[in-house]
Amino acid sequence: MVFLSNLVNGISLGSIYAIIALGYTMVYGIAKMLNFAHGDVIMVGAYIVFCAAQYWNLPPVLCVIAAMLVCTLLGITIEKLAYKPLRQATGLAVLITAIGMSYLLQNTALLIWGANPKVFPSLFALDTIWLFNGQLAIKPETLITIAANIVIMTALTLFIAKTKTGKAMRCVSEDRGAAELMGINVNRTISVTFAIGSALAAIAGLLLCSSYPQLMPTTGSMPGIKAFTAAVFGGIGSIPGAMLGGVLLGVIEIFGKAYISTELGDAIVFAVLIIVLLVRPTGLLGKPIREKV
Amino acid sequence: MSERKHRQQTQMVPYPSKSFVPERDLGFMPVLECSHLGIEFGGLKAVDDFSVVMGKTEIGGLIGPNGAGKTTVFNLLTKVYQPTHGTMMLEGRDMGNMTTVDVSKAGIARTFQNIRLFNNMTVEENVRIGLHNQIRCGMFSGILRMPKYWKAEKEQHEKTLELLNIFDMAGMADERAGSLPYGAQRRLEIVRALATNPKLLLLDEPAAGMNPHETEELMENITKIRDQFRIAILLIEHDMSLVMGICEDICVLNFGKIIAKGTPEEIQANPAVIEAYLGKRKEAEA
Amino acid sequence: MKTKKSRMITSLVTYAVLILLFVILTVMINNKTISRTLKGQLIPICSWIVMAVSLNLVVGISGELSLGHAGFMSIGAFSGIITSGWLLNGFQMEDPALRLLIAIAAGGVIAGVAGALIGIPVLRLRGDYLAIVTLAFGEIIKNVMNCVYVSAEGRSLHWGFLNGDLPGTLLLNGPMGAVKVKTIATFTAGFILVMFSLVVVLNLVNSRSGRAIMAARDNRIAAEAMGINITKYKMMAFVTAAVMAGMAGALYGLSMATLLPTKFSFNESINVLVFVVLGGIGNIPGSVVSAAALTILPERLRFLQNYRMLAYAVLLILVMLLSNNPLLKSLWRNLFSGIRGKRKEEEMRA
Repeated sequence: MVFLSNLVNGISLGSIYAIIALGYTMVYGIAKMLNFAHGDVIMVGAYIVFCAAQYWNLPPVLCVIAAMLVCTLLGITIEKLAYKPLRQATGLAVLITAIGMSYLLQNTALLIWGANPKVFPSLFALDTIWLFNGQLAIKPETLITIAANIVIMTALTLFIAKTKTGKAMRCVSEDRGAAELMGINVNRTISVTFAIGSALAAIAGLLLCSSYPQLMPTTGSMPGIKAFTAAVFGGIGSIPGAMLGGVLLGVIEIFGKAYISTELGDAIVFAVLIIVLLVRPTGLLGKPIREKV
Repeated sequence: MSERKHRQQTQMVPYPSKSFVPERDLGFMPVLECSHLGIEFGGLKAVDDFSVVMGKTEIGGLIGPNGAGKTTVFNLLTKVYQPTHGTMMLEGRDMGNMTTVDVSKAGIARTFQNIRLFNNMTVEENVRIGLHNQIRCGMFSGILRMPKYWKAEKEQHEKTLELLNIFDMAGMADERAGSLPYGAQRRLEIVRALATNPKLLLLDEPAAGMNPHETEELMENITKIRDQFRIAILLIEHDMSLVMGICEDICVLNFGKIIAKGTPEEIQANPAVIEAYLGKRKEAEA
Repeated sequence: MKTKKSRMITSLVTYAVLILLFVILTVMINNKTISRTLKGQLIPICSWIVMAVSLNLVVGISGELSLGHAGFMSIGAFSGIITSGWLLNGFQMEDPALRLLIAIAAGGVIAGVAGALIGIPVLRLRGDYLAIVTLAFGEIIKNVMNCVYVSAEGRSLHWGFLNGDLPGTLLLNGPMGAVKVKTIATFTAGFILVMFSLVVVLNLVNSRSGRAIMAARDNRIAAEAMGINITKYKMMAFVTAAVMAGMAGALYGLSMATLLPTKFSFNESINVLVFVVLGGIGNIPGSVVSAAALTILPERLRFLQNYRMLAYAVLLILVMLLSNNPLLKSLWRNLFSGIRGKRKEEEMRA
């Protein structure tokens, strides 16, 4: 029963990682950059939900929509201000800028909301489900997280496959120059990618803080890095890869904490990242790239 | 053709495996022997059944329409790509297990179609990097400034100027490589390649972007380099005046396959080559 | 245009200025005219300078972004503390200078070994992947140090993982870190370490190995075609930097009475990166200045403490945006090569 309970928690945590990983994987696939600040967009999203629920007493649905709107705007703004001018710059410069952006968000949040952790309100007014004669407790947050993951994954896959914007995204990811020549507005496509990734980050923030109701300015950074690990694990640029990588990583983390050591939970996750990159740098579902000479 | 003045009247003699080498190289081991070399990219045969022998001081040409696989041959010879078929020998040494670095140490140097200089370093530093495996000095002698360091630095400096003088570039030694004019960058790449003390020099479109006068000068210099260093040179070039002017043996590639091999005269008369470049006569008429 | 001569002059000026500063500060310490805060900061400043210089070797000279540099500092700090405690307990070595020397050397060697072990897998990767894996290693080191217990009983060292039940005196107490450390680090030692790291990096840059490292950074494919073993030279830069970070860590650790493993977090790695970026990527004297300035300033501007990290973040972004602005870049280049360029044009025309 403990095993099952851990498994369910692992899948739930993994689903959150998967949703965050989507933001990383899409941006990496299309803009070819590691958006280090993505984890902190999650944190901003969670704070917006917190404020909307606590101070403005909005109904849960409006809280989520408000958070998604703010995060989308934030994502587009970050891209326009900080990343767009660096399209031609070295990878080093872009990454350092992204790290700077991450710190900027964290410290701005610190000034606005302070360092003390906020207790995140419970938005889902549902009862805990008891299975196997009350031996296995499944919280409503867990179920909602897993359901949200599945819905988002399906919707996004359809969006990329069926819509015109989705097609443009695939083109830009394959060959930016050629896409531009074909009349695709590359800048707009990248903006849309950031917008979708950031909106998903808001949902991830809500889900993360519903399951782990401690909200601080640094709340997003660790899950952010782990979700990037998940994206790499599954194969960067691949949407099913992000889902697979996220869920596997969540399960590994929970089992590592339960059966090896609580202190070493993070270390285990990072060890997974290192092993994956060494054994299969393209991840589980990624495609290899060849450098042109 | 007036450009032919740079080429000695070379007598080509048959060499085992249906290839030809210059008569003067007969007593020496051929510098390069490729047999049935090939590479596939996911089913596509980018280069197929490439067999070539190069004499010790031969100047060879590799020509063909765009996308024929010429640069891929260079990438195979320098092990940037690992061949999927065939064998390569450098002066009788099998190159099967060599890496790019090993190939350079064993004696193949190259230039690049899209110039790859160390742009933020000076001209002199670029050449010194070519001398990396020629004049050595370990990390600790370097940090502790041992006598060995000063000796190596001096040797490198002198050798660098000597090499730069081939193209009259010694005066530019302190310039930033990236700020040189295009033609000078191409020449610097050749000097840098020569610094690795190669047995075989691969030049990928050395005359690209040069004016006729510069090309003329380059032809003289390539012949001069061959005579002075007694090395073999294989070059890819689209400028036919250069190819026909200095190459003793020419190999024509189309769709990854050799369609013709021979002296400039033979190549110019070869119907398959004319077809590859100009298309079939019937289509042209139609 | 950095020619060899101008590089040599820069190095010599850097050494001269630092020696002068050291003499002045030593005189001020002896006269007791130095402020208490500054005096207390001198050794940490030296440590951070060495950290910045060594990270610049990796980021600027070798061109790889390492986000786990604090991990090596952590390894160096705790190995230094253990070595010093062990020498005192087991060998009754009272001379603090000798103990400090051995401790710093031990910190450097152990961090260097860790650097080599980490470098072998990490340096096969490139770009963002390399950065994220160094970050991962930094976090792993922090997590593992949190679980390590070391004690000295006479001449034997005991160690436990997740288990603090050890005989003898505890030198390293898991999440509590090192407590009651004998603070034997001195400003003179710090100054010597700074000079040492500068000599190593500046001399390395102007040598065959240094050029090979920079060639591998500027154009990987061309460097390989020139017969340069990329992995070997990336490794050389990475391990050298790890050794220096370990030494800086030992110096830092032996200047603090207590030291927590969580001190060397990702934030510290980013701090050092900020020093490097603000001092100029690849600019070694710049790293010295920015590391010193950014260690002193926050203490002076205590009232701005809350805004410090915010300011760092904004600075990081601005420096990157401005230094990569094509317009400013060409302006900058013209400013410096304008006179030389004009002369050259005249020569060309003649």
